[in-house]
Amino acid sequence: MDDFLIIKDGVFPILSSVIFLPLAGAMVLLLSSNENFAKYWTLLVTVVTALISLQLYFGFDPTTAKFQFAEHHAWITFQNLKINYTLGIDGISLLLVLMTTLLLPLCVLGSWRYIQTRVREFMICLLIMETSMIGVFVALDFVLFYILWEAMLIPMYLLIAIWGGPRKTYASIKFFLYTLAGSVLLLVAIIALYLQNESFSIPLMMGQAYSSNFQIFVFLAFFLAFAIKVPMFPFHTWLPAAHVEAPTAGSVILASVLLKMGTYGFLRFCLPITPEATITFMPYVLWLSVAGILYGGFTALAQSDMKKLIAYSSVGHMGFVTLGIFVLNKNGIEGAILQMINHGVTTGALFLCVGMIYERTHSRELADATGIGKLMPWYVTFLAFFSLSSLAFPGTNSFVGEFLILVGGFTKNKIVAGCAIPGAVLAAAYMLRMLQKVVWGGANNPAPHGQLLDLNLREIATLAPLLLFVFWIGLSPAPFMEVMHVSVAHLVDQVSNTVPVQAVTMAGLMLP
Amino acid sequence: MQIESAKLLYALLAPLIGALVVMRCSKHPDLREGVSFAASLTMFGLVMSMVPEVLAGNRLHLTIFQILPGLSVTLRADGFSMIFALVASFLWMLAVFYSMGYMRGLKEHAQTRFNACFALSLFGAIGVAFSDNLFTMYLFYEIVSVCTYPLVAHHQDDESYSGARKYIIYLTTTAKGLLLPAMILIYVLTGTLDFATNISTGIFPADANGALVTMLYIFCLLGFAKSGIMPLHNWLPSAMVAPTPVSALLHAVAVVKVGVFSTTRVMLYIFGVNTMDALNLGIPTAYFVSFTILTASIIALSKDNLKARLAYSTVSQLSYIILGVALLTPSGIEGGLIHIANHAFSKITLFFCAGAIYVATHKKNISEMGGLGKTMPFTFAAFAIASLSMIGAPPVAGFVTKWKLLTGAMELPSPHYIGILLVLLASTLLNVGYFAPVTYKAFFGKRPEGEVYEGVKEAPLAMLIPLMLAATISVIVGIYPDFMMSFVKLATKVVAG
Repeated sequence: MDDFLIIKDGVFPILSSVIFLPLAGAMVLLLSSNENFAKYWTLLVTVVTALISLQLYFGFDPTTAKFQFAEHHAWITFQNLKINYTLGIDGISLLLVLMTTLLLPLCVLGSWRYIQTRVREFMICLLIMETSMIGVFVALDFVLFYILWEAMLIPMYLLIAIWGGPRKTYASIKFFLYTLAGSVLLLVAIIALYLQNESFSIPLMMGQAYSSNFQIFVFLAFFLAFAIKVPMFPFHTWLPAAHVEAPTAGSVILASVLLKMGTYGFLRFCLPITPEATITFMPYVLWLSVAGILYGGFTALAQSDMKKLIAYSSVGHMGFVTLGIFVLNKNGIEGAILQMINHGVTTGALFLCVGMIYERTHSRELADATGIGKLMPWYVTFLAFFSLSSLAFPGTNSFVGEFLILVGGFTKNKIVAGCAIPGAVLAAAYMLRMLQKVVWGGANNPAPHGQLLDLNLREIATLAPLLLFVFWIGLSPAPFMEVMHVSVAHLVDQVSNTVPVQAVTMAGLMLP
Repeated sequence: MQIESAKLLYALLAPLIGALVVMRCSKHPDLREGVSFAASLTMFGLVMSMVPEVLAGNRLHLTIFQILPGLSVTLRADGFSMIFALVASFLWMLAVFYSMGYMRGLKEHAQTRFNACFALSLFGAIGVAFSDNLFTMYLFYEIVSVCTYPLVAHHQDDESYSGARKYIIYLTTTAKGLLLPAMILIYVLTGTLDFATNISTGIFPADANGALVTMLYIFCLLGFAKSGIMPLHNWLPSAMVAPTPVSALLHAVAVVKVGVFSTTRVMLYIFGVNTMDALNLGIPTAYFVSFTILTASIIALSKDNLKARLAYSTVSQLSYIILGVALLTPSGIEGGLIHIANHAFSKITLFFCAGAIYVATHKKNISEMGGLGKTMPFTFAAFAIASLSMIGAPPVAGFVTKWKLLTGAMELPSPHYIGILLVLLASTLLNVGYFAPVTYKAFFGKRPEGEVYEGVKEAPLAMLIPLMLAATISVIVGIYPDFMMSFVKLATKVVAG
């Protein structure tokens, strides 16, 4: 295992503690039924988790592509079935873990007033979500990964089904079924890989010489599971429903973290384990990405519900991420990873912003929020910056990510990248349309219902850290980029040292 | 020689901080206008302080943010940037006074927002002037687009919203749809976005694919839609719904000048004269913008609304700048670049006059202004001087442009010089056609039936002084063009030598 893992004995197990601290926090909540305690306690637990996770950044060695902070223990040994508890992070997962831990306190703050019923249970769900989400990003054993991947579904289902809007049952079941359908195929792929390798170790599975047909089947199984999660067009229909009905924190987690698991899956599994198949399917995936970018953009332009608008914008933005991943060069993949973080920051912030309006007017309709700029100047200032970030305004985080992705894209295939450009224009169109409506409205704005107070300190504290990252990544992304260089270079090597599966086998596969 | 200088940053911060302070001063109008003026004065002072170093042949340089290798927010001041920086910062000072008179004279609402956005637009404009690479330019270009939206939509009625919507759609669509891919492809081809240090070489490697470079050139030419080249000029007349000081700012200082400055900067410092010559891009561009020059002038003839006529005049005049540069001859480039300054001084005078007339009489149409010259002699005298400049008559600023452009055209090989000369000649006649009647009617025309200009007198001094100053400067730079010309010569030195 030393080939892949850097295990230091006798050091504090940071990864295990960030995984299990939230779970332990959730256990404590079982003991008390005080709602205020639940809020403050959850905030405390998530903040402490975030602080511990920062150690991952400062202790990270950016000069190696191996998995760091690794932990490796035998877990289940049953006949020749060896399942291990293996954790570790590299330049691809580091930022995702940090984003997750840093977003969770903001989710708690964003739910402070929004969640009025069953506060304790809500907080428990959030904490369990945190455990499983971090676990997915750091697990290096496929069974452990799969368990955490599935475990995530339950609290997320509950978040939508209990605290959701009027169509919560429909949305939560749709979410559950879609994701589960993908997971089943993922399980098949995992078992197939186990039968080849006699091991569930993810690093061990990478770079093995699997037969072309095997790769194609495994890739397709992986692809369907992850494409649903991303979600890639045309597997996206669960997303708007889930977003619209989910409470603010649910939407934030869904958009910022859960969607990233799909693209993380591509990076961690598809590319290194089935490189030949990846190259074979690359053109199709690229065009699917472009379709998603354009479809998401056009659909977002037509929305009158702010949450739906942002949900469809996510389809477009994630299309850029998959585009970046599947151009299979350094710029594209680095851009994609950065854009995963950017999307988490920006879209998370936008959902928080919509939640703040919903708390005041009890409506997500754009028409009910027109012209509130005059009443809530601070609010619209934040909204303006996040909207600009979402449309990849130069100087903000998304610009850097989109720039890198398009540089990768134009290097690979000018036509594909050129077709994605209208998506960038559409992003400006739908975000500026929303911003214009909220800030200005028209000549005769309807009187706002309810009392519209500007942001309070808690709300400013929720949004300000995200704004900081918008400009930090936008103007000086070096601290975020340098941790991924070596890992991405390694990943590109893994893919490019193979030849694509013959077209002949492809043809044979397509025929019944 | 390249000198690292923090002055560039201070010159950027002056309007930015000014805008932030203005926002906090909404309860104190006098203090607010004082802050605006202080910011403009500071910016102008800082720009002036760079003059000696730049004239000595140095290039001021400052990297603020390094984003990726070859992608940074970097500022530079060279002869080329100084042309625009000096004009923008100087005219801002005049505009602060003028808008104070205009906005208070009409008791406009939201004057704080107006002042703050005005300062932010200048922040963007000066950023474009001082940008050292295409990315920095794109960044500030977009800042100008966003920050001028509230100015265009100022009246917040249906008309201004639809005008502002058209404005933002034209500008962001072209920037994102054309400039962004062009910028990325240039980065892919060359690994950098930094402007060259002279106007000849450009930044493309010698073996770059000519067809691709030509395509990029077309993207850039159309992508900076602020330059008002037809067919992407339509936002400009729609943006006329804005208060007149904004129109003045749009036309003379910030927006359209940002457009032509960016276009010409990219033509000369990304593509370069050699590449444009080699790919034969100059003459087609010249003919392409000639269409705009003539068509916009003809449309201007048909407009009775004074601001609309001025708007189409601007569309036409901006293309002079691009025409001059596209000739790729030393005099042509000089004529184009000097027109950035000349047009600014004269056009701001014209808009200031239009605003003064509106404040004094609430009249917008030329047909209603008969005989008004006797009531408002100073305003119309200034208008007359500035129109002479637009026409290109000596001794006003526009004459220098026309002279240089004509010389530049003569340097072209046959038969193109005849074509361009005809364009210049025809457009000059058209200029006379749409400007002369305004002045003539005002001084010698009859008052409209039943119209008594009761109680009408000249606009307030806060408006009158800036407009007369601007007119005076139009004359001064016509008689002594050397100061502005020295920066133009710095930029074109390599070609001339």
